[in-house]
Order: sequence, then structure tokens, then C-alpha cells
Amino acid sequence: MSGFRALARKELLRFSRVSMQTVFAPVVTTLLYLVVFAHVLESRVQMYPGVSYRVFLVPGLVMMAILQNAFANSSSSLVQSKMTGNIVFVLLPPFSHVEFFCAYVFASMVRGLTVGVGVLIATSPLVELNVAHPLWALAFAICGSAVLGSLGVLAGIWAEKIDQLSAFQNFVVVPATFLSGVFYSINSLSPVWRDVSLANPFFFMIDGFRYSFFGQSDVAPTTSIVAVLAALFTLSAIALMLLHKGYRMRP
Amino acid sequence: MSANSPVGPQSALNASPAIEVRGLAKRFGKLQALDHIDLTIERGEFFGLLGPNGAGKTTLISIIAGLTRADAGVAKVMGHDVIADYRAARRALGVVPQELVFDPFFTVRETLEFQAGYFGAKNSRAWIDEVIESLDLGDKANTNMRALSGGMKRRVLVGQALVHKPPVIVLDEPTAGVDVGLRMTLWKFIRRLNDDGHTIVLTTHYLEEAESLCGRIAMMNRGRIVALDRTDALIKRHHSLNLRVRLIGASLPAALRSRCVASVDDTHTFPLDRFEEVESTLASLRAANCRLLEMELLQPDLEEIFVEIMRTDAMQHAKGAQ
Repeated sequence: MSGFRALARKELLRFSRVSMQTVFAPVVTTLLYLVVFAHVLESRVQMYPGVSYRVFLVPGLVMMAILQNAFANSSSSLVQSKMTGNIVFVLLPPFSHVEFFCAYVFASMVRGLTVGVGVLIATSPLVELNVAHPLWALAFAICGSAVLGSLGVLAGIWAEKIDQLSAFQNFVVVPATFLSGVFYSINSLSPVWRDVSLANPFFFMIDGFRYSFFGQSDVAPTTSIVAVLAALFTLSAIALMLLHKGYRMRP
Repeated sequence: MSANSPVGPQSALNASPAIEVRGLAKRFGKLQALDHIDLTIERGEFFGLLGPNGAGKTTLISIIAGLTRADAGVAKVMGHDVIADYRAARRALGVVPQELVFDPFFTVRETLEFQAGYFGAKNSRAWIDEVIESLDLGDKANTNMRALSGGMKRRVLVGQALVHKPPVIVLDEPTAGVDVGLRMTLWKFIRRLNDDGHTIVLTTHYLEEAESLCGRIAMMNRGRIVALDRTDALIKRHHSLNLRVRLIGASLPAALRSRCVASVDDTHTFPLDRFEEVESTLASLRAANCRLLEMELLQPDLEEIFVEIMRTDAMQHAKGAQ
């Protein structure tokens, strides 16, 4: 456990040393999404009865920020370490695979949740938001950030240069978050695209998180949490198996 | 600091060598980086691993350190298999990597503290202070790694390998591109660790360093160990001394030309097995009407042996390929 503590502490310190880039910049970017989309669509769109579009947007944007930053933390840390060669410092110690994996995921969760809280605070002057089910909110925020932290570890194991990581981020993570119902309810989609959305694990994180604020969602929160936990279990199992085999880490 | 504290509770492991390698093989594509190597390094040795670039030294070290997986064979550190019992094996090993790598987010002290934490080292502050002082890093302890010179970064790398007090320390070309001052500081510190009972494994291209420091040496080429012996025995293995003469007069007689290992202008070098051969060689020169201008008797050094062994290996390899 002491190895886990040291590695997690190192990872936390790593992103906090560059908090302008890792925390404040994503908060500002997310705030811009809210301002622009709410300004353009506020009077034209209503997704849930009694919920303005501006208010509807916030939980989705908070979750999107949590997910993208959780992914960015573990993936960029591993790839940067591989590229600079200092990955050797975390490969030489006697970490168990679980310790190694958990330390990276934990730091990713902390960064994702920090940015999420930052977005909530930054949007509070613009939007009055009440949390109907705080425990659900916490559960989806924690599990969602853990899923993307795990996906980040996987991407970090696989990618050997920034270009590959960038491709993973731009062609997998960003489309999956944008097409997961951050900006709309999937009930507003055609049946085909609605079904496609239901195959996207990101949708369940956003939808479940939104439920915890409004008490309304496209699918039941229990369904969403099961889907999120299934994604977490699957990604963790794959990452641990690859770490055990030393895939691209111990060639 | 003592190296004799057991890594694990198993007393049976106490008698095991510091490093034991059996049938270790590794291939990268078409390159056979390691070709079924066997090697045993006993506890407390100061061991040198020499060889040209691409000989397989770093691959061997990487497998022992768990950074690379072998295709075949077994590697153990203090009796612990580097795969099956990797946690105990890694706790017993400190590695100074060849590349000058560092984490740009942290200071020197933070770097060392994190590394100690990774190995689960408890109450390491006093030891980290000692490492910092011993490596002359005292005034840089709170400096960010990015701001350090190459030599200073190298010192931190050495410190990182030592923070968990490993009984076996592997230094992969630790003095590459390092100034004389640091080399002296480094070797003084490493010698002290060896005197305290730590096993030291060193790879270097500075053969005079290996000759003065290492009790035993393995020479590698093309993924194989081509020579393995005590350093003094290795130096004496081929011949005991060299006779270098500068001549005027007649050209070198044919009988002597075949024995000559180096000829530059009118200066010729003859390897001799025994001191008594000096007289007979000089007699042959006199008989050929060669006049002696200068004469020098040289002790062979490791560099000469190294070149000779590599040349012999290359010739054997070429013959085998025909």
C-alpha cells in the first residue's frame, strides 16, 4: 500500500503543479460551452418539462469535464513518461499491477472530480441548480471518473507517442462524450440513433448524473449505474491483464 | 548501511548469489540481443560487464531489472525470480539507467522521496539526507530537476537507485559524459557501498575504470559472454607483457614480423608470454642487423585485452558465417 500512496501522491502533485493547464483551463472551456450553447438554444429547446435548456446543460457539461480530464490525466502521464524515458522510475519499483493501476486511476479521478467541482462553482452564478439525489451524483461522478481513468491507463499503455494518444482522444473519447447526450436527450433522436446511443457507455454516465440533479432521465439510474460498473469492470480487467503481461511497458 | 540484511525471511535464500542468470535469451526482430547467457555474480562482488555497443549488456540488465521480458531462461536477484517473485527481486535491486532521464515536475528531494516511497522504504529521510550529501547534491536538494546540469542529473539517478538501500546495485554506464570531479565522487561513494557489502554491477566504456574497480569482469559481444574471469587473470590470460622497440637499419625480419601486433613507422610491438623472451627477441633483431633506438616494456591493460577478445570473437564469427 505504501507504493500505491507514493505513486498516487506523485501523480496528484504532477497535475497540481500545472493546475492552470490541468484544472483552470478545462473549467473555462466548459464554461464557454455553457455560455454559447445556452445563448443560442435557450429559447428554442426544452429537453425536460420544467427544466430550462441552460439548466439541463450543466450536469452534462460537468460530467463531460470530469470524464475528459480523468482520461487526460492517466493517459498523458503514462505517455509523457514513456516518451521522456522516466517511465523507468515507476517500472523498477516492486508495485503490484493492482497498486500501479489504482494509483493512476485514483489521481485521474481526483483531477476529474476537481475539474467537475470547478465547473459547478464557475456555473453557479449563471444557473440555479439543485441536486435531487446527491448520493447518485456522487456515485456517477466517482464511477464515471474511474472508468475514464481506466481508459486513460489503457490508452497510456497502448500509445507510444503523443500523436497516437491524440488520435485516441480525438477519435474515441471526444466523439463518445459529445455523442452521449451532453447537449440533448436521446429521446429527441430518431429511434436508430437512440439505439446507437444506448451502446455508448458515456451516455449512461451523463444520463445517470443528470438524473441525480433533476430526478428525470432517459433511462433508469439503476440501469445506468450497472452499465457504468460493467464498463469499469471490463476496462480494469483489460488494463490489469495488459500490465500483467507487460504489454508495451516491459517489451 | 549494511547490505547483509535479508530481503525475505527465507534463510535458504541467504546462500543464493546476488545475480544468477541461466539460459537467458532475447530477440528483437531479427536481432538476437541475448543468446542463452549463463552468469553468476556472487554477493559482495564488484563486477564489470563490458562490451561494445549492441553487445547485449543493457538488455541483460533490463531483464534482470524486470524492464524487459526474456524469451527464454531464468534470472534471479538474491535468489528471487525476476518474474515469479518480482516484488522481492526488485526490492533487492537498485538500477542506475544509462539514459539521463528525469521527471521535470519535481525537485531533487521530491524525486528521491517519491522513489523511496515506491519501494516502501520507511523513515527514509535520514538516509535520503545522507545520499544527498554523499553525492554532493546538498545545495541542489530543493532545485527543480529541469534546472540541473547533466552531471547533477546523473548524481540524482544514482541517488534514486540507492534510496531503498538495495543489496545489489547495477550501474549502466554511470559515468558517460560525466566530468572528472563527479566520477571521483561517484566512485568513492560506490566503493564505500561495496566495502559495506553491497554487490555492484557496472557497465562502462571506460575500461580503465573497470580495471581499477572490478574484481571480476564479463565481456559480451553479439549477445554472448565471450570472456569471464577475475580482472587480473583476464589481463594475464593472453600474454604477460609487451615489448615495444623503435628501430633503425634493416627492415623487420619475416620471423619477427609475424609476431608483431602493431607497427607504426619504425616502432613495433611484440607480445611476450614471459620476461625471458625479451632477450631472445632482441637477439633476433640484432641478428637481422636492426639497430635499437628505443625500447619499452609495457604491462598489458584491459583495453588491449578487450580489443583482442573482440577481434578474436569477430574472426570466429566470420569463420562460422562462411
